Amino acid sequence: MSLGEILVIDDEDQIRKLLEITLQSHDFTVKEAATAKLGLLAAANHPPDLIILDLGLPDENGHTVLKKLREWYSKPILILSAQSGEEDIVSALDNGANDYLVKPFRTGELLARIRSSLRKSSFEENNPVFDFDDLQIDLITRTVKKNNETVKLTATEYTLLALFVKNEGKVLTHNYLLKEIWGPTYVAESQYLRVYIAQLRKKIEDNPNRPLHLLTESGVGYRFVGKK
Amino acid sequence: MKQFISSKTPKSKQYLIVVALVLLVSAICFVLSGIVGYRVTAFVLLVTVSVVAMLFDILPVLVAAFLSALIWNFFFIPPRFTFHIELTEDVIMFLMYFLIASVNAVLTYKIRQIAKIAAEEEKKANAVVLYNTLLNSLSHELRTPISTIIGASDNILNDKISEENRKKLVSEISEASLRLNKQVENLLSMSRLESGFIEAKKDWCDVNELVHSVINQLDDVLKDHKIRTVFESDLPLVKLDFGLMQQVLNNLITNAAVYTPPGSEIIVNVYMDKKETPEALMISVDDNGKGFPKKEMDKVFDKFYRLKDSKTGGTGLGLSIVKGFVEANGGTITLTNNEVGGASFLIEIPTETSYLKSEK
Repeated sequence: MSLGEILVIDDEDQIRKLLEITLQSHDFTVKEAATAKLGLLAAANHPPDLIILDLGLPDENGHTVLKKLREWYSKPILILSAQSGEEDIVSALDNGANDYLVKPFRTGELLARIRSSLRKSSFEENNPVFDFDDLQIDLITRTVKKNNETVKLTATEYTLLALFVKNEGKVLTHNYLLKEIWGPTYVAESQYLRVYIAQLRKKIEDNPNRPLHLLTESGVGYRFVGKK
Repeated sequence: MKQFISSKTPKSKQYLIVVALVLLVSAICFVLSGIVGYRVTAFVLLVTVSVVAMLFDILPVLVAAFLSALIWNFFFIPPRFTFHIELTEDVIMFLMYFLIASVNAVLTYKIRQIAKIAAEEEKKANAVVLYNTLLNSLSHELRTPISTIIGASDNILNDKISEENRKKLVSEISEASLRLNKQVENLLSMSRLESGFIEAKKDWCDVNELVHSVINQLDDVLKDHKIRTVFESDLPLVKLDFGLMQQVLNNLITNAAVYTPPGSEIIVNVYMDKKETPEALMISVDDNGKGFPKKEMDKVFDKFYRLKDSKTGGTGLGLSIVKGFVEANGGTITLTNNEVGGASFLIEIPTETSYLKSEK
């Protein structure tokens, strides 16, 4: 049984071959396109469950392709980038990409990103109660429990944590977080984010210096991981 | 003196200095002409021209020779205050003066040209040595993992190989690729630095998060080492490029781990220097290894530099990248040996600070 259909848009034969073998052996159905044009066509003809998009395509800028896809395609898009340029990644995420991987990437990481992008979160399934081993969050009663003890959070800390758990597994960029929690005029005020992330880690992590839930994505943002 | 007055001084200034000097020396000789005979004056002027020749371009020197000859003739050779020369001996002396001054000027000039060419050639030779060092360490550092990958995959394609060996070879390939990737990253960072392409994107940063994120990345490297962090209480947020500083600390801590025996201790100490305005963030990375030989300390940040007896692989780019990235953040880095004899790197970055606290 296929776990889903994935369209790979990448001009490198080697990468496409590698992805095909990797994904097929993990029960995904794979379709391939070597150019932006073919990729857009393939996506339109038969919308896949997830698209892996390389930013460095020969015929069209990957960011443009992403924007074109996002005009009608709402399922997950995973970005592959050869440059580790943070701006590139942040701009792709802000333009609707769900996640990113920088070449060279490990297979385990690729599969984890794909699975987490495809998995419907409890939130999307209209389930307001999240249970992550040591951490339980109930969006109705607005309670957070760590190792079965209620954690006292300030209003802002709670809003921030709730935003993270609703987007479990996804990278949230600094800009996005600042805009969502403090408002559009605060996008440059990243010091608030630093302080609240540190506070939140002290309350929900076993060891705030070695976070297992609230992970730093250097230069990009933060990612909340539910089950450790 | 050479730093202030040399052939690099603009031409117009050179003429001015030359003329002033000749006039000054002549004036002194003139005042002393009761005590010093006019023939001795000739030698004094000749010495002046020689000194000028050591410092300046050929044309100003020739001007000095010509001017001093005329002055000597007019003011000193009897009958004085005329260009007329009475004694045949003095006529010969005058011509000789002129000749010696000119030869002096030309010779000194030629010697300087030769020295300049020699210096340029030495510089070129050094560049070639550097280039060869680069090629050697690069081809070694890149070819070793590539050979491993090619060799291992050839073997894997061979049907006769045992399953156990196949697994071993696959893990060799994986390790070699990671090594190759690290070297490519170093080279990319270095060329970004060289091309002046690196611009720090400074943003508010929690130094505690920065340091621990690096240590968490280095679990493998640090498995045989003890690492200890010391943070000053009430550290403010500071403005720096998180990604660049992660690489800086990654390289420093990795270096400390690789070049000290298992069981050694690495200490990262973070505090603010509040005496400076703006305040400066101070991060030190200390180990209790052998430290660096005094003689080599100022060379460790040079490109491709590696300690003479260093056995561990590397292109010698790590510390020059560290220095480049720290400087891109507006900071400095210094190396000393600490009380226990180990290496101590100290980073100082002047920065804006924020003592923002969250609501309780």
